Amino acid sequence: MNPALLKLLDRAAPVLTLVAVLLLWEIGCRAFSVPAFVLPAPSVVVSSVPSLEFSTWSGHILATLQVSLIGYLVSILLAVPLAIGITSSRFLARTVLPWLIVIQSTPIVAIAPIIVVTLGAGAVPRIVITTLISFFPIVIYTASGLASVPAELIELSRSLRASRSREYWQIRIPYAIPHIFSALKVAITLAVIGAVVAEFVAAEKGLGYLILFSTSSFKIPVAFAALAILVCCSLLLYAAIVWLQQRCFPWSVSKSAD
Amino acid sequence: MGHVIELSDVTQTFVSSDGSPVTALDKVNLALNKHEFVSVIGPSGCGKSTILRLVAGLIRPSAGTVSIYDLPVTEPRDEIGVVFQKPTLLPWLSVLDNITFPMRHKYGRVDDKDRARAVELLAMTGLTDFAHKRPNELSGGMQQRVAIARSLLHDPDILLMDEPFSALDALTRDELSFELLRIWTERPKTVVFVTHSIQEALLLSDRIVVMSARPGRVAEIIDVPLPRPRSLDTLAEPEFNRLARDIRLKVFSRKPEANAEGFAA
Repeated sequence: MNPALLKLLDRAAPVLTLVAVLLLWEIGCRAFSVPAFVLPAPSVVVSSVPSLEFSTWSGHILATLQVSLIGYLVSILLAVPLAIGITSSRFLARTVLPWLIVIQSTPIVAIAPIIVVTLGAGAVPRIVITTLISFFPIVIYTASGLASVPAELIELSRSLRASRSREYWQIRIPYAIPHIFSALKVAITLAVIGAVVAEFVAAEKGLGYLILFSTSSFKIPVAFAALAILVCCSLLLYAAIVWLQQRCFPWSVSKSAD
Repeated sequence: MGHVIELSDVTQTFVSSDGSPVTALDKVNLALNKHEFVSVIGPSGCGKSTILRLVAGLIRPSAGTVSIYDLPVTEPRDEIGVVFQKPTLLPWLSVLDNITFPMRHKYGRVDDKDRARAVELLAMTGLTDFAHKRPNELSGGMQQRVAIARSLLHDPDILLMDEPFSALDALTRDELSFELLRIWTERPKTVVFVTHSIQEALLLSDRIVVMSARPGRVAEIIDVPLPRPRSLDTLAEPEFNRLARDIRLKVFSRKPEANAEGFAA
């Protein structure tokens, strides 16, 4: 084959794969007359979208985004100072870290109903669940980033008799930026998962709620449509974090491990 | 008395990771005169870097005293500049900002005088065109030049260098050695230069401290009678090679279990 064509094919490969899978799915459903409540064909999923009003869709999407983002922000606000705490104080590391691991080892899906009972039915339990699921990686990545500063740089700081706060603000925290962004990328997708889990347990709107509600009334195509939108939201949020890193900290991009 | 740096009966013990005490330095005595260039050479684990950390005030001796201008060192002091094995530049700052970083880190601000001094140092180290580049756009040798410029920002009387050229290729190493000599001639300083390379030590130093390992001791202090200014021609002189062979023999005799490490010239 000619090299220009090969290159084009290489570039288009991800899109072509996606189209091929959707096509196979469509053909399979039609060829074997798979009922829509078992596996709806992509065309059926798309045509199910107008069965709900636009404002209904946007209401569900915004509800999920709201819980995801608030939970995400809360987890960042908690996790970064906590990471600074456990890297700067052995006492905090010895007392707080075991609890973090206990929380991380607890299946959030299992404690979600308990949290809802304890905290009532509002937005608060959903945000708490989202926060619980997304903050752990931020703490761990940030702490390892803060600790990854070369010992010589810390010696330079000591030899200048700089204050601890300058050591953190001017050396450790900037050094941790690539690690923090790796964490933020993982955590944003976890935050969406958290929001959906919370909506499964207790909610009256949101894409997770919509999936649960539509499957219970055998509107499987709508559930699939909600799922597809959920995936798109998650991808867009992820892309937004990548963009933010490239925009604000271009020097950190080549270093980040992803 | 009257020495710039003086270590007297300095012993340094550490507790190793398995809990047993390790003697890094054992009764080390060393005195440096004003504007003297002294290299410390020896096998790994002889406590070369420990000497630098003691003089820098980063650690306190377990016994004995370390003094600078006859005052005991109790904390890091202003008249010292430090250059490490790795450049340890901050990747988010430009070359210029990396050079002024010590001021920003210490006092929280960089004034015009510091900036002018940084520009001057850039010129001195041949980096003027790279002032606004990031460290990762520079070669290893250039990064180490930036680190040297950074250590000279506050025009320290004392320069402590911990194997500053060991991570560089041989050609760059020679180039930077001559550059260091030139800078040192222009702005004389008292230098403690830790190295693995006999050739480097001979080319640069007034005296060479040969250390033995476990525990770290001063085995011998050798005067380098080579005339200054030294140049590429110095490397070709028979005297240079004779001295190099002498030192190599001395280092060998301290460490019978022959091991290439520590002798690479």
